[in-house]
Amino acid sequence: MADEATARWSCRGLSKRFAAPVLRGIDLDLAPGEILALLGANGAGKSTLGRIVAGLLRADQGTMFLEGQPFAPRDKRHAERLGVHIVQQELNRIGTLDVAENLFLNRLPHRFGWIDRRKLEAQATAALEAVGLNDLPLDLPVGQLGIGERQLLEIAAALAQDCRLLILDEPTAALAPPQVSRLFERLAILRHRGTAMIYVSHRLDEIRRIADRVAILRDGVVTDSGAASAFDVERAVEAMSGRSAVPAGTTARPTSTPTSISMSTERLDDRFADRPMLLEVRRLQAPPRVRQVDLQVRAGEIVGLAGLVGSGRTETLRAIFGADRARQGSVRIAGRAKERPLRSPRAAVRAGLGMVPEDRRAEGLLLPASIIDNVTLGKTESGETSFGWLRFDRRRRAVTRAAERTDVRCRDVDQAVVDLSGGNQQKVLVSRWLRHDARVLLVDEPTRGIDVDAKRTLHRVLREWVGNDRGLVVVSSDLDELFELADTIVVMVEGRTVLSAPRRSVDARTLLERAIDVAEDENEREPQR
Amino acid sequence: MDDQQPTERTESPHGAAEAPRANGRRWAGWIDLIGLTVSIAALVMVIGALQPRFLSTDQWSSIANQIPELLVIVIGMTLVLIVGGIDLSVGSVMALSSAVIGVLLERKLGLIVAVPAGIAAGAVCGAINGGISIGLRVPSFIVTLGMLQGARGLAYLLTDSQTVYLGKKIGSIASPLPGIGVSTAFLVALLLAIVAQLLLGRTILGRHLVAIGTNEGAVRLSGIRVWPAKLFPFVLVGAMAGLAGWFSSARLSSVNPNEGNGIELSAIAAVVIGGTSLMGGRGSVTASFLGVVLVAVLTSGLAALNVSEPYKLLITGGVIVAAVLVDVLRRRESR
Repeated sequence: MADEATARWSCRGLSKRFAAPVLRGIDLDLAPGEILALLGANGAGKSTLGRIVAGLLRADQGTMFLEGQPFAPRDKRHAERLGVHIVQQELNRIGTLDVAENLFLNRLPHRFGWIDRRKLEAQATAALEAVGLNDLPLDLPVGQLGIGERQLLEIAAALAQDCRLLILDEPTAALAPPQVSRLFERLAILRHRGTAMIYVSHRLDEIRRIADRVAILRDGVVTDSGAASAFDVERAVEAMSGRSAVPAGTTARPTSTPTSISMSTERLDDRFADRPMLLEVRRLQAPPRVRQVDLQVRAGEIVGLAGLVGSGRTETLRAIFGADRARQGSVRIAGRAKERPLRSPRAAVRAGLGMVPEDRRAEGLLLPASIIDNVTLGKTESGETSFGWLRFDRRRRAVTRAAERTDVRCRDVDQAVVDLSGGNQQKVLVSRWLRHDARVLLVDEPTRGIDVDAKRTLHRVLREWVGNDRGLVVVSSDLDELFELADTIVVMVEGRTVLSAPRRSVDARTLLERAIDVAEDENEREPQR
Repeated sequence: MDDQQPTERTESPHGAAEAPRANGRRWAGWIDLIGLTVSIAALVMVIGALQPRFLSTDQWSSIANQIPELLVIVIGMTLVLIVGGIDLSVGSVMALSSAVIGVLLERKLGLIVAVPAGIAAGAVCGAINGGISIGLRVPSFIVTLGMLQGARGLAYLLTDSQTVYLGKKIGSIASPLPGIGVSTAFLVALLLAIVAQLLLGRTILGRHLVAIGTNEGAVRLSGIRVWPAKLFPFVLVGAMAGLAGWFSSARLSSVNPNEGNGIELSAIAAVVIGGTSLMGGRGSVTASFLGVVLVAVLTSGLAALNVSEPYKLLITGGVIVAAVLVDVLRRRESR
């Protein structure tokens, strides 16, 4: 470990909050040529930290140092000028421009205002060789590349520049194993030259291959750190979950259990077994993200869908709801004769499903419209029209009642939804579905970015709505939320459901283990194919 | 405990501070209408002060009888813009419809057959525009640009590129009614505008149109079938162009295959002056109606003042841009 003066980069007391605190007083040091892996569950603050270092976000408190100098990048450009680069998960490339242009967009070589194409192509060729994309045509529009190639392009763009500090945020999420190996070779060369790196990932095997040191984040705090070689799954999971103790009365699953991709259903003392089945999803496939999903929801049951970012949870809900086309599998819904997957959200709603999407502002709400218009969208009670004309008085009264039920804090129901806080917007969206006669509601990250008070209200509303005869599927990256709401926990890894168990028999540790170690397992196996 | 409950409510993070802004939003629709009405009144007074003849009843009925075609097209155009589409083909469709009417009347068929056929021809063009644009996800700008050419071509074919004189056969819908001075066509257009505004504001279909223009994806995910609602404005604007074709041939007692050339731009200008968004999701038929009146008053006023053609164009262009600018700035402020 280095101190502030000799370190390549360090930070002291770094804090950041959005709706809730995300980082709480982070202290880290990074020596030249050192690779520090940041590990943590979803929402632990890894990406936020990376984004602050790269100048994409600003810390609320705390200081950073770059080679002993105070370091407070104004924006990404400023950070890059100081030699700090980031490779992000989101692919910020311009699809209509070609590969060479994208690589050097902010510094195209030129002569008298004309682009020096020959020089550009020479530089681009060199940059692409570094990541093993030797045979990629330089004049191919980036929009035609696959997701893995785009990710490599992103990495090539960062590697092509002189950098003192490189931040890699889940760089391998879209890469095949040979590409990963290639990337690691390249990173090793960079390390040798003295580039320090922050490597954000949740793939433990990769971290052990490439990183020198590991820091584990949980709820915005570093809970454990040390040499990478000293970390095994056990220690990492313990630091990530903060729950080493297994709840009394349950048996911990032995960690050495050989992991299999097949679904294990552990319904030991299932109090839902004799309840009527509301939704049964079998072998659902909607490539590329949903590879094999099995899911059951019985009357009165709340199913929590857990998994790491990119495990296909959102896509699973969308495929069940008919928002994305499923290729194979069956979706049985109580009262519906057919078994084939639903073809449209409309069909899903008619069959008794509802969905609260992940991005409520972009996919759920009509922002400039009133609460009335938002709540009544898609469902108008027969009493609310006469001869085809809407009866505003009745609609207003009905929506006012609905808004009271979900505790929407507003001036009145004519208020535009865009003026409400995130929590109240979410309550409006949930109110819409409570008007429907849905039997099963699929909710995606119901309380992300929402204050504690609204969160509690939403949980109460959802639980009351489910009662004894309806069902709920909740996707959440917030483990506490899952454990609080769900009766049954289903874990997804890489588009597959790998575990379904009553909440009481699962703890955070088991859950994280299942979400991580199968991913690891699969990675190790893949190169042998 | 009972006392604390209400206190908590008023202290919610979005209480008093945001109320004025929200209030402004609530009245925004009325401010649009009042602003337009005041502008029209001011324009009338200025022109009337310079040219007192402009304030005569004759002048007013003449304005009223010039606008029914534009007015009915604008009704449809407003709804098309609200769902985020556009229809550039209305002028050509109008010519095609009047050609259909003319040809059928020439063949000794009565108005009772010819007029519905003309309107139906317009509706079919609209259905083709909407169908291709929605079904194949082609921007309506492109599809209707094609229809702009195609429908005009058909109009030329039907009329043999000649102006067809119809005389009395076309009827008197566009002639001023004795006593009140305005034509039946104007009254029909007015009635249709009222119905369309009610439909927009007070029916499920109308609310769906606004919702689709605001966030089509959210509407789809809420379980609504989007395409029928999206198709409706295209069919409507086609039918309205057909109706406009009837009005114009009645006014001129003839069918001219060049009829309606450029009316799509006047229609879009009037709708935009009325504050309807080209991006969809916001608009009002009433405001578009006032937009048509504003443009008509300006045009006739400039004519009454003997302003020469080049200056007329310059001034009209300036007014359109200024009106939209005022609207944009005001909205930006209220955000």
